[in-house]
Amino acid sequence: MTTETLIKTPTGIRGFDALSGGGLPRGRATLLAGNAGSGKTVFALQTLINGARDGEPGIFVAFEENSRRILANAGKFDWQVASLEPGQLFFFDAQPNHDMILSGAFDLGGMLAMLQAKTEELCAKRIVFDAIDVILVLMRDAAQIRQELYRLHDWLLRRGLTALVTAKVYSHDWEDSTPKVLDFMQFMVDCSIVLGHELMDGTSQRTMRIVKYRGSGFEENEVPYLIGPGGIDVAYTSSLETDCPASHERVSSGVERLDTMLGGGYFRGASVLLTGAPGTAKTTLCGAFVEAACRRGEKSLFVSFDSRSDELIRNLSSVGVHLGGAVDCGLLRMASARGSSGSAEIHLMQITTMARAHGARCVVIDPLSALSKSGNRTTAHSVAERLVDWAKAEGITLVCTSLLDRAIPDSDGTPLQISTVADTWIHLSYVIQAGERNRGISIVKARGTGHSNQVRELLLSSAGVTLTDVYTAGGEVLMGAQRWARERAERLANAERSAAAAQRRLVLESQAAELEVRLRTLQREIAANVNERQTLSEAETERTTDIARAEAELRALRTADTPQKPDAGAACDA
Amino acid sequence: MHDAVRPFTFRLYVAGQAPNSQRAIGNLTALCRRHLADCSCIEIVDVFENPKRALADGVLMTPYLVVAAEAPILAIAGDLTEPSAVLDALGIAPDAV
Repeated sequence: MTTETLIKTPTGIRGFDALSGGGLPRGRATLLAGNAGSGKTVFALQTLINGARDGEPGIFVAFEENSRRILANAGKFDWQVASLEPGQLFFFDAQPNHDMILSGAFDLGGMLAMLQAKTEELCAKRIVFDAIDVILVLMRDAAQIRQELYRLHDWLLRRGLTALVTAKVYSHDWEDSTPKVLDFMQFMVDCSIVLGHELMDGTSQRTMRIVKYRGSGFEENEVPYLIGPGGIDVAYTSSLETDCPASHERVSSGVERLDTMLGGGYFRGASVLLTGAPGTAKTTLCGAFVEAACRRGEKSLFVSFDSRSDELIRNLSSVGVHLGGAVDCGLLRMASARGSSGSAEIHLMQITTMARAHGARCVVIDPLSALSKSGNRTTAHSVAERLVDWAKAEGITLVCTSLLDRAIPDSDGTPLQISTVADTWIHLSYVIQAGERNRGISIVKARGTGHSNQVRELLLSSAGVTLTDVYTAGGEVLMGAQRWARERAERLANAERSAAAAQRRLVLESQAAELEVRLRTLQREIAANVNERQTLSEAETERTTDIARAEAELRALRTADTPQKPDAGAACDA
Repeated sequence: MHDAVRPFTFRLYVAGQAPNSQRAIGNLTALCRRHLADCSCIEIVDVFENPKRALADGVLMTPYLVVAAEAPILAIAGDLTEPSAVLDALGIAPDAV
C-alpha cells in the first residue's frame, strides 16, 4: 500500500511480542478473531492498558459489553488499572440500542466523527473495536458491511491509529454471512490473529495462530496460550539461544558416587531426566538432589504430581533424605498437584510462576509424565520442551522424572520424548534375579561430560542413598544377595590364598636356612683343602732345597768340579 | 383525524453532507408535512460539528433519529426511506391522513 517501513507496537503480552516479532503493526489494523470465550476482549484490553502505561493513550469501543462490566473484568487481573493516570484510557459504550428501528440506509460516519474528536482530545495512539460483529449484523447486506468496513479502515489509516478489531467466529450453522465477512476483514487488515478454544478429552486447550502479517515474517504455527492472573500468556520462546550462558559449574546429584559417575555432578542449568518403572527410587534421587541443593543454601522447588508434600517428606526421611528442615526455613518449596486437574499449559505456567516467585535455582518435577495425561497428549511434548527451554533461560537446574514401561530405554522411549531435549538421562531399573528385585542405575547420556558406562546397584537405607559396584559374571549382572555371596566367596578365596602363601614362605625360608648351613660346611672344607695343599707344597720345596744343599756339600767334600752340563745323569754316574 | 396526532419533537443526528444524512432530513421533513401537519419540531445535530453531544447521547450510526420525550426512548436508524416503519413506531396509522 505504501512504502513506509513497518514499525511494530509491542502489546506487552508475554510471548506474543516474540511470536509476532515485535507486536502489532503500528498505525495499522489487526483483526483478532475467535470463538466465544477465547479471550479476545482480554487480549485487546491488555494491549490497551499496557499501551496506556507506556504513554500511548487508548480508546476502547465496546460494542458488546458495557464499559462497567469490562472494567470489572479488567479488575480481576493483576493489571492495576486503577493506578493508571486519568485520561490515558477511554471507554466508549457503543452497544446498539436493541429497541432501535431500522429504516433505510445508515453508516458509521457518526461514530467515527465522535471517535475522531476523542482521539484528538486524548492524543490516542491505540484503539480497540471490541466485537465489531455486533454492529455488522445490523447492516442490510454484505455490500453495506464491506462499505462500512472500508470506511472504518480508511479512517484508522488516516488517523495512524494502531487498531485491534475483534470479531466472533460463529459455529458453522449459525450465520452464513459471518465467515465471508471475516474473510473480507482478513483481506483488508494488515495482521490477522485467530484464537481457538477447544476441549480435548475434557481439558481446555487454547491456541493462537497468526494467519497473516503483511510485510513481516511471523511464526506460522499454532501456539498454545492461557489466561492466567496476569492476562494472556502465550507459550512461545523464539529460539534455542537463551539468556543464560552455558555453565561449567557442577551441582551435586546428592549421591556421591553418582557425581563421580557423572564426572562431578550435573551441570548447573542442565535438564536431567530420570526414567524408570514405579518404585525404582526416582523420587528418592529427586529428594537427594534438592536436599543437597538446600544444604548449599540454594532455593529449590519440588513439584509432585504423585503424593502430598507431607507424605513425601515422611517417605523420603525413611531413606535418609530429610527435607523437613529445608521446608521450615523457607529454602525448599514443595507443591503438589494432580496432573489431570488442568491443562499441561496451566501446569507449566503455575510451575514457572512458582519458581520465579520463590527464586528457585533447582527445580524438581516428579513425574513430568503426569502432564501427558488425558487431554494433554498432543500438547504435553511441547510443554515439556518449553519447560526445558525456560529452565535453561533462567539457569535453573531441572530434574524431571518420567515413567518408563520398557526395561531398556531407547531413543524415544519416554512418553513425552523429552529424552531428546534432556541433557542428562539416567535410567533406573529393576533387575530380578534369584528371587530378588534389586535396583540398577545407569547413565544413558550426559551431554558435554564424560560419564561412566557402568551399571551400578542403587542401595537405599535409613542412612541414605549409595551406589555400589555390581558383579558381572558370565555376561550377567549380579546384585543384591548374589552380589553379597559373590563378595563373600571372593573374600574367602582371598584369605585361603594368603594362608597358602604364608605356608609356602615358611617352607622356603627353612630350605634357605638349610642351604646356608650346607654352604658354610662346604666353605670350611674348601678352606681345609687349601691349607693342606699349601702345607704340601711347602714341604716339597723344603725337601728339594735340602737335597740340593746336601749334594753341594758332598761335592765340596770330594773337591769335585761342577758337573758337565746339561746331563744330570752323567754327573750322577761320575 | 388530525386532532388525534400529537405533536412530536424529533432530534436527527446527521453526518455533515453525507448523502444518506441529507436524504434523512428530506424524508423526515416530508413525513412531518404529510402525516403530522407541521405540528412537530425537528432539531438537527451534525455530529461533525458537535461530536461531544453525539458521544454523550451514544449515537453510533448516522443518520439517527431520536423521538424525544418518549419513554422508552424511540430511536430509528437509517435515511427513513420507508416511512411506514417510522409511522408504525410513532403509533400512527399510514391511512390516518
